[in-house]
Amino acid sequence: MSALPVIAVWLGALALNTWLSRFDTRATRLAVALIFGATILILWEMIVRIYAIPPVILPAPSQIGASFAANTAILWTDFVQTIVKGALTAWLIGALAAVLTAIAIDRSPFLQRGLLPIGNFVAALPIVGIAPILVMWFGFDWQSKAAVVVVMVFFPILVNMVAGLAATDPMQRDLMATWAAPYWASLWKLRLPAAMPFLFNGLKITTTLALIGAIVAEFFGSPTKGMGFRISTAVGRLDLPLVWAEILVAAIAGSLFYGIVALIEKKVTFWHPSQRPQRG
Amino acid sequence: MTESAIPLGPGVLGRGFGRALPILTVLLAIVVIWYLAAVWMNAPWVRDQAARADAVLTASDLIRQTLTLERPVLPAPHQVAAGLWDGIAGQSITSKRSLVWHGWVTLSATLAGFAIGTVAGIGLAVGIVHNRAMDQSVMPWAVASQTVPILAIAPMVIVVFASMGVTGLLPKAIIAAWLSFFPVLVGMVKGFRTPDAMQLDLMHSWNASRAQQFWRLRLPSSLPYLFASLKVAIAAALVGTIVGELPAGATAGLGARLLSGSYYGQTVQIWSALFAAAILAAVLVMLIGALERLTLRRMGLAR
Repeated sequence: MSALPVIAVWLGALALNTWLSRFDTRATRLAVALIFGATILILWEMIVRIYAIPPVILPAPSQIGASFAANTAILWTDFVQTIVKGALTAWLIGALAAVLTAIAIDRSPFLQRGLLPIGNFVAALPIVGIAPILVMWFGFDWQSKAAVVVVMVFFPILVNMVAGLAATDPMQRDLMATWAAPYWASLWKLRLPAAMPFLFNGLKITTTLALIGAIVAEFFGSPTKGMGFRISTAVGRLDLPLVWAEILVAAIAGSLFYGIVALIEKKVTFWHPSQRPQRG
Repeated sequence: MTESAIPLGPGVLGRGFGRALPILTVLLAIVVIWYLAAVWMNAPWVRDQAARADAVLTASDLIRQTLTLERPVLPAPHQVAAGLWDGIAGQSITSKRSLVWHGWVTLSATLAGFAIGTVAGIGLAVGIVHNRAMDQSVMPWAVASQTVPILAIAPMVIVVFASMGVTGLLPKAIIAAWLSFFPVLVGMVKGFRTPDAMQLDLMHSWNASRAQQFWRLRLPSSLPYLFASLKVAIAAALVGTIVGELPAGATAGLGARLLSGSYYGQTVQIWSALFAAAILAAVLVMLIGALERLTLRRMGLAR
């Protein structure tokens, strides 16, 4: 009988969302999504409480929240160690290196035809696997994590950027030629702006990869701080609420990171069809 | 792409060669750089050993020794190739040192997870396309969840399942399924929506039921999207399985090979496991690519 309230909440939220979704305006769309998220959280809390699931298996959202509030200092040092030092700096270095490489090989069709298939191939490989090697080379601190992240983000951005530099059509390049634009002017004024949508596609894909690389690399050895270190030691102590609090931090950081990149994209590529306001 | 730029001329062989030449050149350059790096990175250790033994090293001695170390900082390509060959062909398949055995452990969990994730992703996509409430509820979260580093919790999932007494293939398959689920879901929702209003109107004017509309129009036109997301999904599933094998206690699978290699400083073992994983990923993606070409050609959709 204890399943009744769970089913009641589920059906109630379902009915509410079905009703709301018929209006299909911006506000109701947001409301529907929020109600769905809230329903999942409430159901999670109810199921954990009603069936008395031990926190070792699945802590309730309220426990995770309490652990988050109680451990903000730890979570902050981990955040700085893993995300700011490990992921963010390395993501910038990797992106810069990839963009410069793309511009460099862009002048040589031979290199392009040689590097692109290999870049595509490497982008599909389980690159996290190099984490143990790089931890051996660069030591336990954030430098090794940064190295993993640089390698992980390099190839997806490179492939996208090369495709982006090839995205201008012959007519536009001819126009630049008729204006007697030198290589650099045509690169700066035509081809780089045209490549931006592709570049940002690569940048957005790699935000998540950067976080994954930084966290997973810590499983192979780390100083006594960092999100990956905390997750693996907290699991060892069966302090699952703390693990989930770290996951919450990772989720928030991941969404923020992605959101900021998407925002910059909006500012930079305002001219692109996908960024125009949708009508109708 | 650049393929269309190549004129029809010297025949298929010549064209294939023309396309392979740049790739081979780059690969050769990578191998050369790798050898140089191996010499350079292993040299301090060799010099140190020689200084202790009061031996004088000639340049050729130095190079020969750096490329044949037992536990090099960076193993040379031929050492990795030898390690890979020994792991694949040199051991009996049931041996714990055989990469075939470890690869099979990883592959089985990957395929199981991939199958679960794909079926669940397509199923939910069908629901989302046909039910507006589900679309508005689930889609924003499905898209947002792509930005969350789910892979980082893989070891936790393993430990939690182990504490409930579930070990072996299932927990890894769940991680793999979870990772391959979202690309398939997002790709298939996009794919099921590719038919434009004109085509849907045509189905409508033929008085097609929703089921007929789905089977005859939405499903066929979603196939290019399906294969594109399947390629992403199987690569993600493999990465998920390998990371799922990392936590201490795992003794089988390519991920466990990586971890034990890193514990004992067996660099050749790490690199061979890494290359085995890379080969596995490449073969899986290529299989799906072949399946894609076959299906699209049968349907007349091949480009």
